[in-house]
Amino acid sequence: MTTLSESPVLQESPYVPRFGTIVESRMLTAQEKFFRIVMEDGRPLDYKPGQFVEVSIFGIGEAPISICSSPTQGGFFELTVRKAGMVTAKMHELNTGDTVGIRGPFGNGFDPAAIKGQNVLFVAGGLGLAPARGLIRWVFDRRADYKDVTLLVGARTPADLLFRDEIKEWQSRPDCQTLVTVDRADETWTGNKGVITRLFRKIKIDPANTFAVIVGPPIMFKFAVLEVLSEGVPENHVICSLERRMKCGLGKCGHCQIRNVYVCQEGPVFTYDFVKKLREGI
Amino acid sequence: MLPKVLEKSKFAAFATALAGEYQVVGPQLKEQSKAGGETFVFGPVTDGAALRMDYNITLLSPKKYFLPMRETLLKYTTVGHPKAEAVMDTRQRVIVGAHPCDIYATWLLDKVFSTDHKDPNYLSRRERALIIGLDCAKPCDETSFCHDMGTNYVESGFDLMMTDIGEAYFVEIATEAGQALLAKAETREAHNEDFAKRQAFMERKQGGFHKRIPVDTKYLPEILEESYDSLVWEAIGRRCFSCGSCNLVCPTCYCFDITDKLNLDLTSGTRERTVDSCQLDNFASVAGGESFREQRSSRLRHRFFRKAKYIQEAFGRKGCVGCGRCDRNCVAKINSVETYTQIAGSR
Ligand SMILES: Cc1cc2nc3c(=O)[nH]c(=O)nc-3n(C[C@H](O)[C@H](O)[C@H](O)COP(=O)(O)OP(=O)(O)OC[C@H]3O[C@@H](n4cnc5c(N)ncnc54)[C@H](O)[C@@H]3O)c2cc1C
Ligand code: SF4
Ligand code: SF4
Ligand code: FES
Repeated sequence: MTTLSESPVLQESPYVPRFGTIVESRMLTAQEKFFRIVMEDGRPLDYKPGQFVEVSIFGIGEAPISICSSPTQGGFFELTVRKAGMVTAKMHELNTGDTVGIRGPFGNGFDPAAIKGQNVLFVAGGLGLAPARGLIRWVFDRRADYKDVTLLVGARTPADLLFRDEIKEWQSRPDCQTLVTVDRADETWTGNKGVITRLFRKIKIDPANTFAVIVGPPIMFKFAVLEVLSEGVPENHVICSLERRMKCGLGKCGHCQIRNVYVCQEGPVFTYDFVKKLREGI
Repeated sequence: MLPKVLEKSKFAAFATALAGEYQVVGPQLKEQSKAGGETFVFGPVTDGAALRMDYNITLLSPKKYFLPMRETLLKYTTVGHPKAEAVMDTRQRVIVGAHPCDIYATWLLDKVFSTDHKDPNYLSRRERALIIGLDCAKPCDETSFCHDMGTNYVESGFDLMMTDIGEAYFVEIATEAGQALLAKAETREAHNEDFAKRQAFMERKQGGFHKRIPVDTKYLPEILEESYDSLVWEAIGRRCFSCGSCNLVCPTCYCFDITDKLNLDLTSGTRERTVDSCQLDNFASVAGGESFREQRSSRLRHRFFRKAKYIQEAFGRKGCVGCGRCDRNCVAKINSVETYTQIAGSR
């Protein structure tokens, strides 16, 4: 065992990032910036919606960021970055043509095949729309694979709303119902007001044939789960994506652990019946 | 491979000879208190005479040679197009005088760092290291509970294992690499009386260790599971200062942080891994300000659950070797044996 002959020393380190070129970048809100990235080595990132990457900026560090695009879209991937600290602030300084380090993709991601043939209800609050968007785009790109699609989107204020143009486009689609609400409206806002759970009054859910994908801040998650459960959606049809502190993405550093579960490995996507048993999940 | 006998008088020369080819690290005296108490550490030697093979326990385990307090994972340059390359420690090392508990802990970490995503930095060091164990006949001190954890006996995880048989060491050879090492020592064949002395050592050893936790530790995973809501966690957690010392000295703790260090030229730097502690209050906090184990008690419980449940369930090896280092270094005098005892009684 001392010689560990079954595990020869690896020449390639999972800690060394590959490089990606930013091919498109723009501010979505005052706090969130959008990036489209193409891997430099010509080997596209092989990812699933809901997975995340560790974005690497040498001299500053790394930050786990959800991929907000769908692999059905082509040889790039997209990120939405909220300015929250050192790495994310530095990312906001980057623009089209700049290079970033990328490790990953990590995590399990959503499983679009598992919800095939079903109704899909998305509940996305705040920055949660970013990871949800990957699956939303997948579903629209494979629209025939799914039955009714409903999108509930919530933001604190109209100015905080991500992907406004895309949401408009979704709202105009005849093959889905898209409802948007803001906690606090301003004079320009003519849409729904109030917390996202209020939107449940405006939709109909066929509980036995619906998967609910809920992504947002922990507090929203709790109330949204309550709504779908009270409609009768089974617990294993409630899908969520959890955030934890993450460093390695490799199931080693321990930061992302919920009890014995490494969120960076087994998650960040879980079904509610699983998370609930963890006790420390939500 | 047949065991050999190495006279104690020839041991220092053996270690010195090894130091010509390897970095030799072993137990040394660090400090002597006025009361005569001695503190030992593992450290590199060039002269084998500096090794204190009569040590009881070291401050840190030899883990520091496989997962150092701080190490460089990669170096990079930021001018023009960024470039990065992995940095690995490829030094050949011999760890001399590791006790069974520390060997067990290494055996656990070998599994951790070679399962799923292999960790090249750990494995690079580990692959190039040879371990010469030193068996112990009695617990290091009254804090040890290795016997409860079943880690005072190891059957593998070492290249050579030495047993003190009075004037000499009885040396078991576990690997070919170990045999090659031992070729640098002046040894002799083991005779019948050497085997008898070793047998006597083993008998002394059997009588020398006593269990301290009132339940068989194989039930700890279930006992802990049932204790999840016990107020005992809060009662003990209240005393905890969240200083993280317990994690820093633990031979089986392997959580870490990764940070960047820019060189003075501001165009090159390193990405470094440092050992981290799940007892620190920001260990599980995220950008929104949320901390997922906000209470001290929930962090303390997490540590014990990792030690006696999660790791064992994931890797089939004990996550705590009962060395007692955490307990000896705890300013709040939080004690593992007392904690397990209290938990077992409070379900
Ligand atoms: C799976 C996952 C997906 C995420 N997806 C997105 C996303 O799509 N868009 C987005 O903007 N943000 C996302 N985040 C959050 C993002 O990772 C943090 O905002 C980012 O790590 C902060 O790094 P920083 O260097 O800018 O901040 P720092 O200067 O390091 O610290 C600011 C704050 O961030 C917290 N923090 C530091 N490091 C981490 C870490 N590794 N993980 C979590 N929190 C940390 C600290 O508690 C601190 O309070 C995601 C996080 C996870 C775990
Ligand atoms: S938890 Fe304490 S007793 Fe157990 S291995 Fe770690 S330091 Fe030793
Ligand atoms: S050493 Fe003691 S006081 Fe410090 S974090 Fe560990 S248990 Fe708490
Ligand atoms: S992020 Fe390091 S273990 Fe999950």
